[in-house]
Amino acid sequence: MLELIDTYWLYFLVGQYPKGPLGGLALTVALAAAGLLLALPLGLLFGLARVSPVRALRWPVTALVFVVRGTPLLMVVFWAYFFLPSLTGHKTDQFTTMLIALVVFDAAYLAEIVRAGIQSLPRGQMEASRSLGLSYLRSMRLVLLPQALRAMLPSLVNQFVSTIKETSLGYIIGLNEVAFIASQINTQVFTKPTQIYATLGLTYFLMCFGLSRLAYALERRLSRRSRPSAISEESASSSAALAPVSP
Amino acid sequence: MIQFEKVNKWFGAYHALVDIEETLPQGEVVVVCGPSGSGKSTLIRTLNRLEPIQSGRILIDGQDIHAPGRDVNQFRSHIGFVFQQFNLFPHLSALDNCTLAPQRLRGLRPAEARAQALDLLERVGLAHKAHAFPPELSGGQQQRVAIARALAMQPPLMLFDEPTSALDPEMVGEVLLVMKGLARDGMTMVVVTHEMGFAREVADRVLFMDAGRVLERAAPSEFFNHPQHPRAQQFLSDIRSPFSA
Repeated sequence: MLELIDTYWLYFLVGQYPKGPLGGLALTVALAAAGLLLALPLGLLFGLARVSPVRALRWPVTALVFVVRGTPLLMVVFWAYFFLPSLTGHKTDQFTTMLIALVVFDAAYLAEIVRAGIQSLPRGQMEASRSLGLSYLRSMRLVLLPQALRAMLPSLVNQFVSTIKETSLGYIIGLNEVAFIASQINTQVFTKPTQIYATLGLTYFLMCFGLSRLAYALERRLSRRSRPSAISEESASSSAALAPVSP
Repeated sequence: MIQFEKVNKWFGAYHALVDIEETLPQGEVVVVCGPSGSGKSTLIRTLNRLEPIQSGRILIDGQDIHAPGRDVNQFRSHIGFVFQQFNLFPHLSALDNCTLAPQRLRGLRPAEARAQALDLLERVGLAHKAHAFPPELSGGQQQRVAIARALAMQPPLMLFDEPTSALDPEMVGEVLLVMKGLARDGMTMVVVTHEMGFAREVADRVLFMDAGRVLERAAPSEFFNHPQHPRAQQFLSDIRSPFSA
């Protein structure tokens, strides 16, 4: 096992880089990070479109959400891989292909999370904000979204964790992310699939677990911040009693 | 001044407001009462376009507020609205609830908005709760903050949609007291309420509604002592002695 790690650790981490293209765990992390960073704003926009009073915004996005939700990610990857080049006229590299598939897929799911988050708020919140004279978009930004995002946080993290795991489907289009590299190593070593795939599994687990823990910490901080006066005004003992219970 | 001109509203097939024809002068406190489902909340919600109307016109200071081109945000910023369910923003402190709109819409600097908000919270007796969040406040306190929030836009007109109906009985008084103070200061107010004591004491006139129509309009002494319409007579006797019928 030690020999295995000694021989292949660099390959596992970065692929053939710097002699060849970047791959391995580094590529997986880059893909997941880029996917999250792009899918979140897109999902937010899609979610706003889903609750928009404007039909021209609501209908196309609703259609997209239903199509994506009724399709395995693998299909979306195939579409991006085979269909996109015929649309644009030139071949897209595997990283970009996978990234596009991930962003579209996750944005559709995030849109539903955003929609549910906004619609879970009492109708009076929008009415109160509009009654003060704030516009629809300002009411969304200043009143509804700050509340909705807080409530959405657990679901968002869920989706982010999924995204990390979904990068492994890049395997199918020959993207040299960490699962692909692991199978390459397995082909070369041939005798130690258990150790190799256990290492791969542990790697995914650590990334997902780390993200979950980070999110819990964030959640706790947010719930503390939403009632700081409990700490500043009441006595110290009662603020201790009000401290959020860790999950 | 508020003028309703032949205002009609339907919810689907349900005729919620029927030929409303009413003039409410500036500086008056008008109490709208009537049985539930009579259209009083709908009426007050048409005044800042929370509900659309299907025909007729509503003029506030001569401006047709339901006119298609009207800047709804602009005129709403001149009308304070207080809800039955308070609708404070739970993610903001009492103070921030009162500074949000003035900062964004009236262009106040943070320090100015803060000072004004503290003044208003003082006025509703809650300066000491400025940094509390809505979930930490009692219903009566929340409603008083909601009034301060509405006043922070310095509206010449305040609308109250059953402001005490969601409150525990012992908290009704504190909210009515704040409203009484406003009335004394000359604020134009339209108040939908079941608090007949408030109507009797504070209102300049009472509108009685039933089934989408205004059946009676009178000074409170007149309305409570000599109601004209049989429906109003029945309503008043019902709320006075709920067990006698």
